[in-house]
Amino acid sequence: MFFTYFGQYLLLLKAVFRRPEKWNIYWKEIIHEMNEIGVGSLGLIAIISTFVGAVMTMQIAFQLVSDLIPTSVIGQINRDSSILELSPTITALVLAGKVGSSISSQIGSMRVTEQIDALEIMGINAPGYLILPKILAGITMIPVLVIMSIFLALVGGLAGGSLSGAVTPADYINGITDGFIGYTVAVALVKAFVFGFIITSVSAFKGFYVRGGALEVGQASTRGVVISCISILVADYIVTALML
Amino acid sequence: MIEVQNIHKSFGDNHVLRGIDANFEPGKISLIIGGSGSGKSTLLKCMVGLHAPEQGKVLYNGEDFTRMDFETRIPIRKEIGMLFQNSALFDSMTVEQNIIFPLEMFSDMSRNEKIDRANYCLERVNLAGRNKLYPAELSGGMKKRVGIARAISMSPKYLFVDEPNSGLDPETAILIDELISELTDEYQCTTVVVTHDMNSVMGIGDYILFLYKGQKWWEGSNKEIAHTDVEELNNFVFASPFMKAAKERF
Ligand SMILES: Nc1ncnc2c1ncn2[C@@H]1O[C@H](COP(=O)(O)OP(=O)(O)OP(=O)(O)O)[C@@H](O)[C@H]1O
Ligand SMILES: [Mg+2]
Repeated sequence: MFFTYFGQYLLLLKAVFRRPEKWNIYWKEIIHEMNEIGVGSLGLIAIISTFVGAVMTMQIAFQLVSDLIPTSVIGQINRDSSILELSPTITALVLAGKVGSSISSQIGSMRVTEQIDALEIMGINAPGYLILPKILAGITMIPVLVIMSIFLALVGGLAGGSLSGAVTPADYINGITDGFIGYTVAVALVKAFVFGFIITSVSAFKGFYVRGGALEVGQASTRGVVISCISILVADYIVTALML
Repeated sequence: MIEVQNIHKSFGDNHVLRGIDANFEPGKISLIIGGSGSGKSTLLKCMVGLHAPEQGKVLYNGEDFTRMDFETRIPIRKEIGMLFQNSALFDSMTVEQNIIFPLEMFSDMSRNEKIDRANYCLERVNLAGRNKLYPAELSGGMKKRVGIARAISMSPKYLFVDEPNSGLDPETAILIDELISELTDEYQCTTVVVTHDMNSVMGIGDYILFLYKGQKWWEGSNKEIAHTDVEELNNFVFASPFMKAAKERF
């Protein structure tokens, strides 16, 4: 069962990456999707990241009770956990719900109303036209969102730390700049790229093969979100194991 | 010329088409008629390659379309125009964008030429000036007509129309029949129309294929259909008392 679906998924991807009929039409779609996925998710990701950063800082401070440890360590821990795990993963899980479900319901409703058949009749590569722009937008915009999320998690930490009095701004900034390793950002970007690909391609796959009507479109989009989330966590583990 | 040879198609246990043979000639209008659920739309979809039949072939000018892969089908696909039973307009695009979409993908026309073409197609279906509406803002009959406008935007050589005048008033229905007939003459296209409408059958049916129980039960022209003694066909065509009375007058 799993292998049947996985094979079908790979075949769909093969069709997605066929040479586009006309780049300028695809280009227009890519810009549209980048706007939809990237700009459309800015606010949500910004709010979540800031709060998670703030809460993380207070929680780390709560656990570090020893006087032997300088409070700047709080900044360091927040920085590394935001970059390496929290920002990429939380952003991806949230977007799997937001972006993923909208992709699968959009493509799914085009399937059940025969719009995909209409594309095919015209001789247009429907997977390419419908899915490629979304995947390209996903693998470019989600890394951008993750970078923004990391930045805001650190800012949130600064705010949370100083408002609660857990760590002074000077110590916190000391902490986040001290012993910073650029490689961790590379790991975050690789994760974001992989997650972006998973979210867009898995939910497009679930939508593309819907059979039935409005009810099935809804079910497919729910299932798309679940499968994306699980795949994201598995990929997270694999990338971490390979890169750290 | 499209040749359909021994097409079988099932959905699970439901054996819908049980060996259909038919020839559809260029410059002529061929009608597929039959009761609701008799497999008319399914046959049409097998012909354009949306359904893969379990058995049999569809030949376009002698070339086996059923065995072609995506790439080799493209040249034929560009010559196909199709109206779906439920119109299948792209609902994120306006009427005009729907019509010029195939041109954007495959032609090198300038922006103005494309818009001129869209206006021309809209005029042909009596919808001039409705360019900027979205499909959600159209009535069912208007969607059908936009669907036809989209189907003819590339000047097709093969025109497939699934119930063009269901949901239209009698006057517009006749207008659409006339349009289909004019286009068939103009482009000398092979036109296949699925219909329930007896006016169309009598008016434009150069060749009529009657589907019953998944088989080709009868074929002939609109001249012959009035005089047939095939019982199932008579029951279908002359179902209403009005049509029965009309037949007796013949
Ligand atoms: N995608 C599908 N999956 C499963 N069964 C289908 C599918 N499409 C059609 N069928 C079945 O095939 C049979 C023929 O359907 P089809 O749509 O071809 O009928 P039709 O002759 O076009 O009817 P109508 O005049 O009502 O449009 C029906 O019994 C239908 O249930
Ligand atoms: Mg039908």
